Amino acid sequence: MTALIAASEGVGFAPLPWLVAMPLLTALVIGLLPTSRSEYHRIVALLGSTITGAMSIFVLYEFEKTEGLYQFVSERTLIQDLGINWAFGIDGISLFLVILTGVLFPIAIAAIDPHHDSKPYFIWLMLLMAGSMGAFMALDLMLFFFFFEIVLVPMYFLIGGWGHGNRVYAAMKFFLFTMAASALMLVGILALGFLSKDLAGSTTPIFDIRTLGELTSGLTDLQQRLIFLSFALAFAVKVPLFPLHTWLPDAHTEAPTAGSVILAGVMLKLGTYGFIRFGLFLFPAVAHDLRWIFLTLGVVGIVYGAAVATMQTDLKRLVAYSSVAHMGFIVIGIFAFNSQGLVGSVVQMVNHGLATGALFLLVGWIYERRHTREISELSGLQKPAPVLAGVFTLVMLASIGLPGLNGFVGEFLILLGAFSSARWWTVVAVTGVILAALYLLWAYQRVFHGEATGDNATMPDLTVAERLSILPLLVLIVFLGVFPKPMIERIEPSVDVLINRIEAVTSIDEPEPEAPAHPAGAADLTSAAEHAEEDAGHGDADDADHADDGAADNKEDGDTADHEEGQ
Amino acid sequence: MTPYLLAQTESLATPDIEWSLLWPLVILSAGAIFLITITSIFPKTRGNGFSAAFTAAVAIAAGWSLWFVHRELDGSRTLAVSGAIAVDAFTMFVTAIICIALVLVALTLDDYLRREGLDGPEWYVLLLISAVGAILLASAEDLIVAFLGLEVMSIAVYVLASMHMRRTSSQEAGFKYFILGALASALFLYGIAMVYGATGSTTLTGIREGYFAEGIAGRPADSSSMILVGLALILVGFAFKVSAAPFHFWTPDVYNGAPTPIVGFMASVVKAGAFAGMLRVLIIGFAPMRDDWQLPVAALAILTILLGSILAVVQTDVKRMLAYSSISHAGFILIGVYSAGSSDLSESITGSTAVIFYLLAYAIVVAGTFAAVTAVTGVGDDDTSIETFNGLSKRSPLLAGLMAVLLFAQAGVPFTSGFLAKMRVIGAAADTGAYALAGIAMLASAIGAYLYLRIVVSMFMQDDEEGEEVAALEVPPALLFAIGIAVVATLVLGIAPDLIKTSLTDAAEMVASGS
Repeated sequence: MTALIAASEGVGFAPLPWLVAMPLLTALVIGLLPTSRSEYHRIVALLGSTITGAMSIFVLYEFEKTEGLYQFVSERTLIQDLGINWAFGIDGISLFLVILTGVLFPIAIAAIDPHHDSKPYFIWLMLLMAGSMGAFMALDLMLFFFFFEIVLVPMYFLIGGWGHGNRVYAAMKFFLFTMAASALMLVGILALGFLSKDLAGSTTPIFDIRTLGELTSGLTDLQQRLIFLSFALAFAVKVPLFPLHTWLPDAHTEAPTAGSVILAGVMLKLGTYGFIRFGLFLFPAVAHDLRWIFLTLGVVGIVYGAAVATMQTDLKRLVAYSSVAHMGFIVIGIFAFNSQGLVGSVVQMVNHGLATGALFLLVGWIYERRHTREISELSGLQKPAPVLAGVFTLVMLASIGLPGLNGFVGEFLILLGAFSSARWWTVVAVTGVILAALYLLWAYQRVFHGEATGDNATMPDLTVAERLSILPLLVLIVFLGVFPKPMIERIEPSVDVLINRIEAVTSIDEPEPEAPAHPAGAADLTSAAEHAEEDAGHGDADDADHADDGAADNKEDGDTADHEEGQ
Repeated sequence: MTPYLLAQTESLATPDIEWSLLWPLVILSAGAIFLITITSIFPKTRGNGFSAAFTAAVAIAAGWSLWFVHRELDGSRTLAVSGAIAVDAFTMFVTAIICIALVLVALTLDDYLRREGLDGPEWYVLLLISAVGAILLASAEDLIVAFLGLEVMSIAVYVLASMHMRRTSSQEAGFKYFILGALASALFLYGIAMVYGATGSTTLTGIREGYFAEGIAGRPADSSSMILVGLALILVGFAFKVSAAPFHFWTPDVYNGAPTPIVGFMASVVKAGAFAGMLRVLIIGFAPMRDDWQLPVAALAILTILLGSILAVVQTDVKRMLAYSSISHAGFILIGVYSAGSSDLSESITGSTAVIFYLLAYAIVVAGTFAAVTAVTGVGDDDTSIETFNGLSKRSPLLAGLMAVLLFAQAGVPFTSGFLAKMRVIGAAADTGAYALAGIAMLASAIGAYLYLRIVVSMFMQDDEEGEEVAALEVPPALLFAIGIAVVATLVLGIAPDLIKTSLTDAAEMVASGS
């Protein structure tokens, strides 16, 4: 607690609530504008979201990079007798997701015009922004759930009101699927809160994750497992993990472009973020025991997503399925249970948001011009639209994971981390990288190469406004590809806090039963080798040998950047 | 005084009436009598919104008078009228809920009656009388008074349900409600008789003590089975009034047939009164028998939620949909009642808080929802199919938006009172360790969400009249005002629920610690 106070002393004000309040105020202002003046709606929305984005970057500037605990904490009572608070705070894990939200929204607003009913459209987008910001910053489990659920409403309206084709079905499926999945999570959260109340002898239930972190180990194994699983189901649907992903292609395909950008860029991250922040942090032992389930589902997702993406005839659906594959990587990184894997996951969440967001924008622009997303009807677009083709190439290569672009950094760290703790899963997962190259390059070839026939020949290139709106994404893609250090060094302290916590639990009850069954499994403790303070005491000395091979070629972030440039 | 006179006063035993504690009841009853008198003497006061305004004013005055009662009580519980009526924080909270709902219903009813050409003060008089019954039921410390309240409340509503004279379905609804309601009342009364036979008392305290004193000379030897039968019958009586499955069969038909604003009244005031009475009777009167009623209540809750949520999916009529949704909400409240029965005081308080908050949140939301339905369905009230709502966002964006908030609140979306109500109930169940109950309820509510989404879809995402210029829907100001109040209250309670935390916890502690 003292650390928290120390961390918040640096800044004399609370910027975080404003990240939620600003989009809400913007929505209110848009609501007060006359319905007919659609140009004003967009300008106000752009202004409000840009200010919010600028504030998130200001938070980055003020962020103490060596601090692993929560910063800028601000708290206010929400429901006293249930112990629920407006508790916001960010650490290295949530910082970049907040910034990603702050960056993607202005771009999504600037890049695509809704064509009709612009007033409610921008109001929904601003409400979505407020909800996403809140979810990434909430330190109160119940408050997190509020935001986690509320974002469904604006997205539901965006898909249903401004989507394509089968939009109503897609919106309904999206809402019901995700709501049903989080139904049990609410029970889990409440059970946790009330059980902790008894454990701590407090008068109100406890939902603050900082306090809960010290209490969850007091629960019985069964309680921990059930609560963890109730969380995991909600997050797995949101990610989405393999058998629960069926809502995603529909929602993505039918959503308006801005909706797809936000859905892929921001909302899917709520699932993986939830796994890290609440799954791993609160239930390290259970998450560690059950990691094989998630590793397996992640790997299946990678291969399945990639294979299905290859078969798609609809460009947008292809990108949607590629998301399933990419999110699989992130899940593997999380359940690698070591520093590289987790840092890689957080990095990859940001990267996926940037690259897939950009891909959806590009597909949206092609659709605006050609009114089709069928790959077979598109051809030779690089002749009439060289800039579009060039941008597409860059973004696609980032998505494939080409060294020097951002996608590589995250994927590399994830594979590195996962290899040391779950070797065979990683081996299979790597095929996903190859498949990604296959489906994206093949799609690129069919869409942009060849003879530009019919309408394709006259397709206009990107306008200046469009070029400007995607430019920030391209800059970030390249910047984070060649110089990821500023990002990684801010993420790492927070990941270390989590890793230390995981090790404290898993190293006690791990060694005997697991070691013979999964020789590679023991090594996941060993990323510890780098932060070896407590390892010595726990008889894990022999594991440390194991780790050296892993740790040797990875060292730390700074090296990683060098590493790529060497490739 | 001569001894003779003294003896006579004793035998007459007129109870002292603490008028200053009964302000709300007095104001509402006097308001009803005054309204019917004044409209009879001055015919000019008919047909111009006077009755509605008067009713709303009376309800507000009754709510305002709670402040004086509060000052007089000063946090204690007083048994007024010789221990027949309990006046405490719980009574006051429920009274406030009923007064708020009454205002909303009165505002809704005015436009409805004028549209249907049915305007008259009788409607409002009956509303006021029914509200008096609901308050009486909520504050009954004696089962006889509870029965009195139940009947005063119900009989007025039987009449109200059938008051749309030109619609046979309204007559049918009223008749059906009356027949089944009378049966339920009879069972309830029979239950009271049984309990009296077993414990020798009809007051809640007397029943509780009588239960402990069981087997003392002068009582039947098998009193325990007798009190069980009595408890079961009382439970059935309440289950009927709150439309818990399997005693819900009247609900869809009556909701469909009765005039829409009256349905709003039934779903808010009648339900609040019945649940408040049920909570008080069960956790104060039958506290020692909690093992005997908690399980049945939990079973009723599960059955009610599942049935309400699943059957709602196949409906095509909005009023029927909302009838099933009100059934499933009743199931949620029953979970709160179950938790409130816990022998642990803090768990019982959590459960009671959940029930009370749910009643408040639901009464406001449902009164607003039916006001919106009133605004959408045209003259005659005949077409309440879901197609009526198609393209509402084009015809009246404001109304569609307000209605959407209310529907999402019912679905349990965060930052609305509906979500917090559900959360409190599920939390209370989790607190007592009833995780299965909580889990089933939440899954069913996810199924139930489909129903609200369907209405939202038809309002916002279905504009089937292509090319045709859609006529804007005029919403009368009073109606819009009622819906607006409901929406604002729903959002404020959802975002800043601690505004009412003191009265809420006082009320819950009062009822939970009553035993």
